[in-house]
Amino acid sequence: MTRRIPLLLGLLIVGFLALCAVVPQWLAPYDPLVFDFMALQAPPSPAHLFGTDQFGRDVLSRTISAAGIDLMIAFCGVVFPLLIGAAIGLITGWYGGWIDAVFGRLMDLVATFPFLVLVITFVAVLGPGLVNMFIALACVGWVSYARLMRGEVLVQKSADYVAAARVLGYSPARIVLRHILPNAVRPVLAFAVTDMALVILLGSSLGYLGMGAQPPMPEWGVLIADGKNFMTTAPWISLAPGVMIVLAGLGFSLAGDGLSDLLDVKR
Amino acid sequence: MTALLEVEGLSKRFTGRRSFADMLARRPAPVVRALEDVSLDIRRGETLGIVGESGCGKSTLARCLVHLHNADAGTIRLDGLPMEGMDSAAREKFSRRVQMVFQDPYGSLNPRMTVGQTLAEVLAVHRIVPPAQIAARVDELLDLVHLPRDAAARYPYEFSGGQRQRIGIARALAMQPDVIIADEPVSALDVSVQAQVVNLFLELQSRLGLTLVFITHDLRLVRHLTHRVAVMYLGRIVELGPTEQLFDAPRHPYTQALLRAVPQLTPGRRSDEAAVMGELPSPLNPPTGCAFHPRCPLAQARCSVERPEMREVGWPVACHFA
Amino acid sequence: MSGPLLDVRGLTVTFNARHGLVHAVDGLSFAVGAGEVLGIVGESGSGKSVSLRAVMRLLGANAQVSGQALWQGEDIFAMSPERLRALRGGQVAMVFQEPMSALNPVLPIGQQIDEVLVAHTAMDPAARRKRAEELLGLVGIAAARTRLAQFPHEFSGGMRQRAMIAISIAASPKLLLADEPTTALDVTIQDQILKLLLRLVGDLGMGLVLVTHDLGVVAQTCDRVAVMYAGRLCEAGGVADVFAHPHHAYTHALLGSMPGTGAARQPLTPIPGQPPKVDAFVAGCAFAPRCAFAEARCSTERPPLLGSPHAAACFATARLAV
Repeated sequence: MTRRIPLLLGLLIVGFLALCAVVPQWLAPYDPLVFDFMALQAPPSPAHLFGTDQFGRDVLSRTISAAGIDLMIAFCGVVFPLLIGAAIGLITGWYGGWIDAVFGRLMDLVATFPFLVLVITFVAVLGPGLVNMFIALACVGWVSYARLMRGEVLVQKSADYVAAARVLGYSPARIVLRHILPNAVRPVLAFAVTDMALVILLGSSLGYLGMGAQPPMPEWGVLIADGKNFMTTAPWISLAPGVMIVLAGLGFSLAGDGLSDLLDVKR
Repeated sequence: MTALLEVEGLSKRFTGRRSFADMLARRPAPVVRALEDVSLDIRRGETLGIVGESGCGKSTLARCLVHLHNADAGTIRLDGLPMEGMDSAAREKFSRRVQMVFQDPYGSLNPRMTVGQTLAEVLAVHRIVPPAQIAARVDELLDLVHLPRDAAARYPYEFSGGQRQRIGIARALAMQPDVIIADEPVSALDVSVQAQVVNLFLELQSRLGLTLVFITHDLRLVRHLTHRVAVMYLGRIVELGPTEQLFDAPRHPYTQALLRAVPQLTPGRRSDEAAVMGELPSPLNPPTGCAFHPRCPLAQARCSVERPEMREVGWPVACHFA
Repeated sequence: MSGPLLDVRGLTVTFNARHGLVHAVDGLSFAVGAGEVLGIVGESGSGKSVSLRAVMRLLGANAQVSGQALWQGEDIFAMSPERLRALRGGQVAMVFQEPMSALNPVLPIGQQIDEVLVAHTAMDPAARRKRAEELLGLVGIAAARTRLAQFPHEFSGGMRQRAMIAISIAASPKLLLADEPTTALDVTIQDQILKLLLRLVGDLGMGLVLVTHDLGVVAQTCDRVAVMYAGRLCEAGGVADVFAHPHHAYTHALLGSMPGTGAARQPLTPIPGQPPKVDAFVAGCAFAPRCAFAEARCSTERPPLLGSPHAAACFATARLAV
């Protein structure tokens, strides 16, 4: 049971973030868009736990209401690479031969560049914005999923239950989709949860740099960027979104690690 | 008894990966000759044992029989019809009639499917029974292998090795096969559990009229279970005869050595001399002539040059001096 | 002969596992003298290998070992680390099932023999070199000079086991503990290795403890046998005696379930059920749930080990003979 504590903690954090995303109005003490000129750049106080920004907006409320965008980034930034990568890994692992060789070299090529540099390059070419960021993430991120999936498929492919399925005269599509995929996909899914932590960090970094989510869209990276000019006078403006990024990263990491442990036991 | 399954001149080679050193030395990629010109017939209703040590090709032969491997040369005939050139429908029919039971009871079942799903899938995919009768047929199959019916709702990891092997047998039976190829089906099981599974094979054979090909390295088991036995050494059959006579008076020097090497259950040391000296040769680089000649006490000059053909000495034996 | 070399009394090993205590070995006693071969036979999980490791104090910190292991009267469990080091490899040596993992893959065989000689003898390098060549000859490895420079991966399975034996007998130990030394080998190679071990016992006057699951191996190589089930000693005695007149119902059932004891192709007499998991405490006889001779007290009262030299812990001894 004690081994499950990290997983539970991770799920708790992710659950809290999801709550923030779905019903921010329940949790946020103020309307995130209402200006309060009576409290410009107010430091943290019982009224404004994380202070206010240069327009007097409550930083905590703005941070909570940004959770939706950031979770959406985490989800979309992982789902597309996952789908593309898993499909490619499944195909290359199952068929092998020239198709494996071609994609293998392509994966090597993509992997030679630092991840962030390559994503920024794609965004620079496509132009800033969330959609283009997702396209860039998909173009670069599929590689790790494809590699993981391919390795798992190779392991499963050599198992006797797959040989048994072939002797039973099952079609290749059935063998791959019904027998190999359910066994190969679990570690990939566990990795995806961990990967969400990285994608949130990446999404906020790009938001901060002005290449991801665009202001006035409330996004943690954008919120931090908002506060960067007041870093010396009102550092709390950037603090709350920073804490949320750390919290989200921690939550997804713990949940992902815990999940992969949990799935390992049953094998 | 007529031949149900005939194998003629079957050969299978595996090409290894050509290493960088091989390329530098302009060597070709290494080739393992797993099966060389293997011929045998399997008679309806019999149990044929295939024995031999590692690298003799017995598992490769099993996998060729169920088309997990495609042989490089030779033909396999079922009821006189050659496999080669069959259209896919005929091939499917063939694969229905020849099924396999695997060695590893842990790896040969899909861990994410319940026993019921595993069995039902066979029945549904091949439309062996109408959809409405699948559940009833699954129950029948479980009865047949003496597993409780509630096993259907459980996952493979909830079962012991012997029970899993029963599930594997039930899955093969779901296809209503004529022939079951069993590749070391009890060697991964605990000694006290092996007899249960052996009895199940005996019972199923007499109840369903199955033809069994039993591949194993356990010679005591082969002697007990089979009608005829084929002895393999380094990719070839060296002797093929009726089990009882062959065990009483083996003709091939390798068979003789193999039988002498098996520790008998009756206590007492027979000699300090090993039954046969020398190592198993590498199938990458088999000896010339008779593959057994470097270890054979009877070997003459001729044995290292000329490969002995199969000839009748009461039954087929591949030895110049048998 | 002045008393046994190794006298194990009431050996008990429990492991702290995640879900509670595992009673791997429960009150095992055995003794082995010079020139004697003792077989310890049992299925996987019977505690036979754990016992050997416990005697050599090779178990990890999660194992609690109690009882006594007297080496020529001195308790191994009370020995100082220096004394234990001198004992291990010097007076008592061990041979493992999988020589590939027991040998160091990055050191040539010669160097691995040399290490033992450095640790346990006062020989100079030239003498050690000569002794190493002699040892390879002794275990039947030809071309000793070249072989000494080779690495484990350049040896075949049988040759690796021979090399492992050469290393273990390098310091002329008085006792060899062999843990399933032939399980990973082919029949003809197993035969060679067993004969080699017997020759060493005869020539060097060593004692040998042979752990195996194969009753045939016991019958052909051992003087005495100890039968284990679920961590407990069921029966011990001379091999001929135990095989001819088993006094424990488990031994009786196990021997009776072997193929080759009845008529060919007739059902074997299996032992029903599965070997028990050792994580549950068993009040009575661990074999009772599977035993055809079990009576009411078998499941509540633990049968004492009675008889000498043929001892058994079974309430049904008298009824087995009928």
